[in-house]
Amino acid sequence: MSQALADRTARTGVPDDDIAVSGRDISVFYGEKQALFDVDIDIPRQQVTSLIGPSGCGKSTFLRCINRMNDTIPGCRVTGELFLDGEDINSPRIDVVQLRARVGMVFQKPNPFPKSIYDNVAYGPRIHGLVKNRGEADEIVERSLEKAGLLKEVKDRLQEPGTGLSGGQQQRLCIARALAVGPEVLLMDEPCSALDPIATARIEELIEELKANYTIIIVTHSMQQAARVSQKTAFFHLGQLVEAGLTERIFTSPEDERTQGYITGRFG
Amino acid sequence: MPVSTLAIVLVLMALSAFYMGRRRATAAQANGGYRTSSRPHHHGLYLAIWVAIPAALVAAFWLLIQGYVIDSIVLADLPPAYADISPDRLNLLLQEIHSVAGGGIVGREVDDGLRLLAERYHDLSMIGDAARLVLVLGLAIGAFVFALRRISPRLQARERVEKVIMIFLIVASTISILTTVGIVLSLLFETMRFFDKVPITEFLFGLNWSPQTALRSDQVGSSGAFGAVPLFAGTLLITLIAMLVAVPIGLMSAVYMTEFASPRFRATVKPLLEILAGVPTVVYGFFAALTVGVFFRDLGDAIGLDIVSESALAAGVVMGVMIIPFVSSLSDDVINAVPQSLRDGSYGLGATRAETIRLVILPAALPGIVGAVMLAISRAIGETMIVVMAAGFAANLTANPLEAVTTVTVQIVGLLVGDQEFDSAKTLAAFALALVLFLVTLGLNVMALMFVRKYREKYD
Ligand SMILES: Nc1ncnc2c1ncn2[C@@H]1O[C@H](COP(=O)(O)OP(=O)(O)OP(=O)(O)O)[C@@H](O)[C@H]1O
Ligand SMILES: [Mg+2]
Repeated sequence: MSQALADRTARTGVPDDDIAVSGRDISVFYGEKQALFDVDIDIPRQQVTSLIGPSGCGKSTFLRCINRMNDTIPGCRVTGELFLDGEDINSPRIDVVQLRARVGMVFQKPNPFPKSIYDNVAYGPRIHGLVKNRGEADEIVERSLEKAGLLKEVKDRLQEPGTGLSGGQQQRLCIARALAVGPEVLLMDEPCSALDPIATARIEELIEELKANYTIIIVTHSMQQAARVSQKTAFFHLGQLVEAGLTERIFTSPEDERTQGYITGRFG
Repeated sequence: MPVSTLAIVLVLMALSAFYMGRRRATAAQANGGYRTSSRPHHHGLYLAIWVAIPAALVAAFWLLIQGYVIDSIVLADLPPAYADISPDRLNLLLQEIHSVAGGGIVGREVDDGLRLLAERYHDLSMIGDAARLVLVLGLAIGAFVFALRRISPRLQARERVEKVIMIFLIVASTISILTTVGIVLSLLFETMRFFDKVPITEFLFGLNWSPQTALRSDQVGSSGAFGAVPLFAGTLLITLIAMLVAVPIGLMSAVYMTEFASPRFRATVKPLLEILAGVPTVVYGFFAALTVGVFFRDLGDAIGLDIVSESALAAGVVMGVMIIPFVSSLSDDVINAVPQSLRDGSYGLGATRAETIRLVILPAALPGIVGAVMLAISRAIGETMIVVMAAGFAANLTANPLEAVTTVTVQIVGLLVGDQEFDSAKTLAAFALALVLFLVTLGLNVMALMFVRKYREKYD
């Protein structure tokens, strides 16, 4: 375990075992262009942390560091250390497939596979060998849909294509799909940006419920949403983490002028 | 004046009309001082169109019918010597008249009667030519004067010119459609004539194909059998072998290109692969007949199998190689069109690249891939050169790829090469085969397009 991690308890005042994800000196480069500059961040377990900031400031880029989705982007390079439960996820001992099973991701645009609702949810458990037979699969599908608050609506049409659902339902299907793998951390990149207010409220409720069992990191452009759902907020600006802390404090008495400017709508 | 000179004169007239029209319009606009919807060159074009097109149409029409008209005038009052001449002889006579009138020679002594007729024909032709010249040039000049007087800043020359251009475009696009319709109709009629001679059931279900018919009634042993099943079976066998080669290789190369290859590798290799598609099929035919066929035969010898050098295997394998770029390029497009978000979704769940390809990308791309394969099949079925050179003419009914088979296209070639009577069952059989081929490939193409379209709808 690195020195930086060992120092953390002293610096943040949060006991080690309450921090799920922590980044040290994270920089990300797309080719020659640097998109993220030396980000240091600690994300508490079983709480909701929201990442806010103007478009292009690197929120998605940071989120993708946590499950190493940046690996799939040609020319993208990540430096620094990122710890999940104290383990450096970039170390060669970490299997990226296992990592992504532990860190689920929900994307900005709902992206169900062109398969049945059932197969969408069963996809993850099947590839990770979590289910041995049909019965176990049935159970895990049902449980995940239930947790994502979708079961009631789709109970009778599990064999219909997932792409035939409404936008909000599709997004909840994608959440169920991520939950089915049994992750510890759930990354959500603007999960409500394609949804209407009712579907958005539904997802926010869901986040509220899921928080009891999952560490949730959500990127959002809506300050109201951040204030409603998250306990911690981190503000990014031009690739730098400007300020992070309790949501209430960030929105009432930000320390940095840039944060102040952003939340009062002066720029961004 | 010969036709080519007339055409040149017309073009020159149209050109000068263009410049004149343009100058006049420029001058008129300068004087008038107001803007019009048409630019000066529209006025020029307007004038040129008036000069060239009516005159050219009349000239073409005249050329088309002059021969017939003069023929019928000459034949209308034949001297009594030719009173009851048979139609065949009449045709011959006409040819003789034409060639004597043109100063050529004929196969017999030119007698007085023929000479008279030829002179009459010659005179009429001269009159016709002169009349054509006068009419066409008159028309061009008349139209020029007419149109020149209409040129004024108020004339909506652009609209009219555009209308003429549009008509040209419509004619151009109709030509290809009409040609297709014409081909299909001729296939259809000749096929019906074939089925008058050979029952359709024999053609479709007969197991014996030997299209040698007797040229003279006393010939024996070539009665002609037109059961096309061996041909259909041979086509199917070779196509199947070709697809067994082309689909896996083409698909895998497409998967490699889209999912694994670096952009630079892709940028160099994809065009290379597509060059394969540009190799003339006759070259593949060579390759199949002289290299692959022999190779398979020797290989067979070595392992104790009896493989003829014109085997279905050799033709099919080479045809498969020919089709690889076709399959790979189409599936490449299709796989590329699978949205990145689906890949991200799969990777985000911790799927490996292989799982993502197998479980998400290929299923999502399947309809498009099916379409691509169907297009490839219809290519394979219609392919001729390779099978002509490598598969041979023996109409064996067999499912053994090591033997020689023949295909529909090969037999069409076989039926039509050499001197043929145009209305023998043998020749007409080619039309029936061609019709079957046409219907099958048409069906495949329509289905393939439907698949591809459905696929597109899903992601657009
Ligand atoms: N695949 C990529 N290739 C090159 N540059 C990229 C790539 N993805 C992001 N970037 C760049 O990195 C910077 C941060 O992008 P990122 O997507 O993380 O922003 P964001 O904060 O999520 O913005 P938004 O709120 O608009 O989603 C931007 O300048 C962007 O242009
Ligand atoms: Mg983003």
